[in-house]
Amino acid sequence: MNYGIDLRNYEAVIGLEVHAQLSTDTKIFCGCSTKFGNPANSNVCPVCLGHPGVLPVLNKKVVEYSVMMGMATGSRINENSIFARKNYFYPDLPKGYQISQFELPICEDGVIKISTEERGAKEIRIKRIHMEEDAGKSIHDRGYDTHVDVNRCGVPLIEIVSEPDISSPEEAYEYLTKLKQILLYLDICDGNMEEGSLRCDANISIRPVGQKELGTRTEVKNMNSFRNVEKAIRFEIERQTELVDDGGKVVQETLLWNADLNEAFPMRGKEESHDYRYFPDPDLVKVVVDEKWKEGLKERLPELPAEKMEKFVNVYNLPEYDASILTLELEVAKYFEECVKYTKDTKSVSNWVMTEILKYLNENKVSIAQFPATPENLAKLVNLINDRTISGKIAKDIFPEMIQGGKSPEVIVKEKNLVQISDDSVLEPVIDEIIATSEKEVKTYLAGKEKAIGALVGKAMKATKGKANPQMVNKLLKEKLEAMKTA
Amino acid sequence: MVSYSNFSEKLALIKSGRLTLSENVDFFLQKIRDNSDLNAYNFVFEDAAKKRALEVEAKIKSGNFGKLAGLVVAIKDVLSLKDNPLTCSSKILKDFEAVYTATAVQKLLDEDAIIIGKTNCDEFAMGSSNENSAFGPALNPVDKDYVPGGSSGGSAVAVAAGLCDVSLGTDTGGSIRQPASYCGIVGMKPTYGLVSRFGLTAFASSFDTIGPFANNVEDAELLLSVIAGFDENDSTSVEHQYTPDEKNLDEIVIGLPKEYFGEGTDEEVNKSLQEAISTLKNNGVKFKEISLPHTEYTIATYYILTTAEASSNLSRYDGARYGYRSENVADLAEMYENSRSEGFGDEVKRRIMLGTYVLSAGYYDAYYLKAQKVRRLIREDFDKAFEEVDFILTPTTPGTAFKLGENIDDPLKMYMLDIFTTSANLAGIPGISLPVKNVTGKMPVGLQLFGNRLSDAGLFAAAKQIFSLL
Ligand SMILES: [Zn+2]
Repeated sequence: MNYGIDLRNYEAVIGLEVHAQLSTDTKIFCGCSTKFGNPANSNVCPVCLGHPGVLPVLNKKVVEYSVMMGMATGSRINENSIFARKNYFYPDLPKGYQISQFELPICEDGVIKISTEERGAKEIRIKRIHMEEDAGKSIHDRGYDTHVDVNRCGVPLIEIVSEPDISSPEEAYEYLTKLKQILLYLDICDGNMEEGSLRCDANISIRPVGQKELGTRTEVKNMNSFRNVEKAIRFEIERQTELVDDGGKVVQETLLWNADLNEAFPMRGKEESHDYRYFPDPDLVKVVVDEKWKEGLKERLPELPAEKMEKFVNVYNLPEYDASILTLELEVAKYFEECVKYTKDTKSVSNWVMTEILKYLNENKVSIAQFPATPENLAKLVNLINDRTISGKIAKDIFPEMIQGGKSPEVIVKEKNLVQISDDSVLEPVIDEIIATSEKEVKTYLAGKEKAIGALVGKAMKATKGKANPQMVNKLLKEKLEAMKTA
Repeated sequence: MVSYSNFSEKLALIKSGRLTLSENVDFFLQKIRDNSDLNAYNFVFEDAAKKRALEVEAKIKSGNFGKLAGLVVAIKDVLSLKDNPLTCSSKILKDFEAVYTATAVQKLLDEDAIIIGKTNCDEFAMGSSNENSAFGPALNPVDKDYVPGGSSGGSAVAVAAGLCDVSLGTDTGGSIRQPASYCGIVGMKPTYGLVSRFGLTAFASSFDTIGPFANNVEDAELLLSVIAGFDENDSTSVEHQYTPDEKNLDEIVIGLPKEYFGEGTDEEVNKSLQEAISTLKNNGVKFKEISLPHTEYTIATYYILTTAEASSNLSRYDGARYGYRSENVADLAEMYENSRSEGFGDEVKRRIMLGTYVLSAGYYDAYYLKAQKVRRLIREDFDKAFEEVDFILTPTTPGTAFKLGENIDDPLKMYMLDIFTTSANLAGIPGISLPVKNVTGKMPVGLQLFGNRLSDAGLFAAAKQIFSLL
């Protein structure tokens, strides 16, 4: 895209802070449910309401999920980590502080590998991953009063903070995609950005190409999709570049992205001038993740995207392109792997999944979990083509029926009598008839234009309602026509 | 009503039919009314206590009853008891009702204690005189011109004036031991973490403890043994089984820290303590002079750390969800500002401001972090001392109870009164205050005994014998 500004003199430096809601059944410090969509203020208890005298008790699952994320990003898992209080007043923050981690987070120094068309492969370093509790939700759209829904208070989050290693909006998008992919592979977050289970803030600065020290950064918040993150970053780079080009200076501030206007606006000064007065939470003891616990979690760690990708290339012999598309979503990868239990033709399965199935999912806006044809049936379809029971064309025809009725392709082939005709004695009369009635095409062929055979094959296929084995038809036609030549 | 000097005597009287619990509860209720000027109680649960007296009496008759069956207990109004007021003696929680019961209180109920009411205290347990209460000061029953001490003043007064059998207080820097000393009774602060803090309204989380007041050591120990124990609702509670201990006084060595007997301690306290010490010496107790070199930093360290924690702990009282909300509010910032400045008393506000300051950017390292380091040194002082001695004996307070209003305008002087008690909270060790004879004056004097971490049972064992000798 061209924004009319020459960015070649500047480079962007971008760091992302991602909040991921962990999909535990209960909250981080009390036994309340984390279920989304329950009536306002129904998933609450004295602890998450911040009543006098209550104390937080850490949900072990939250530690485990965080450690798994640390392992999946190659982070160092700190044996000792501590919770801290982040103090500020807001109606949706019942205790007047958020329990988070400040010094000594649970994971540090990881990496996520990305690859973009424009800049190629790159490693984005993860500075830290820490655990914290979510705040509630203020609802301002009910007239004069502000209402507060505390259901989300205490829902566990991890904050994943990258180093400022990202250089473009595209890289940011790719980083988020990879990050979400890992979360979903680990099955620790549902990755739904609209429902707020994944949130992203971007820190952005620019500097003249070649300059070492960082420019003044701004923080952009309030993006509700990866595309919006990309757009907001692009907007902010452009704004800063334009500003500096005009001799201005970037001010350190927080901006809110407005997706309707495609613009970011500064937050009011008062809301951002916080001194959070972090200090270790005296109600919680330090979190100790010993070797034994770590070993146990390592064993439970599922196959990760990079490993899956490698397996698809090396074990299933797929091109890298296929592998990257099939492993993008864990469920799709799982579907594929289920299919290839029933067939050796991995490439054909890959083609079917990448084209027909993904198209169907896109058009119907459903996930592969809701896809009606079983992996076994898709594999059977591929096998029916390969053993020449049906042609590829017939296969494409019966595929919609497999989706609609959930029937196996064998049943459909039998019911509709679609078995491919490969029998010479059946095909010969058909071909003789066609040669006899296609004077023009035959003449053309005999005159040396052998491409004319295509039309004759088409006629034979039509005559057999697509059931003829095209290779056989081709072979028989050729034999007969060549014989006519020499005659 | 037939009299008794401790709970086992009382239980025997009830069992033998010479005392009925209803009669006993009525007696206390009447006495509370007669002594309402002491202002010991914020709330008296008259009907509930009467009803429960009948139930517990029946249980005792049936032979199937808890360890505290018949014991009439008052609890400090910072402890949660479901469906009852919880005010912390603050306007900001004026009409607040607890929706759950504190673990320690539940344990009392499970053992068939009768809870007769909630006692007065300094607002959010911040104070040393019970003068910082939205319910007005409680008075010292020895002489009503004097303060009973604080912050658990009401709990001490209720026991000292015979308005209940025993009571629970809380001790963050001396709030049990100091009023026990001022009122001439027994008050004990357990090892940090021995008693669950769940349901104790937090003042300073890493210091707060719940402990007993009683007229004798046996009853205090009984009460503590019931409320002690690990609680899954409190991550800082320790897994430790309380088992009563025995001690022979001639087998123990008691340390006398020189820093606690120097200047700054009143003559009457010094003389009374010396008298008590020689009595103990005559009974075979060995003493050894020791040093707790970081004693001079305890007050500063204590006030930096407790106010820091308090400033955060008290943020939840903001007028948004429960408690007092100012009428005079135009926007969100005003709701916070006005609700909090109208709802909190001066001492609480002073400490919130102090705590906010020491945690602020630019001051955190110089104050909070430095204080944490000194806290470690103070702990190490005690660790070293307990390698040499079994217990440490000190005055509970540098002076006896003072007159109402005497120190109210001098917060620093008031803070200095905690000089001998705060160290136990900084170190997390148990301490007990026992009454000793005042050899020159009329107001009570307290002797304080420290034990090592989790030596609470040993401390009680020693205290029992010392108490009987004094
Ligand atoms: Zn809850």
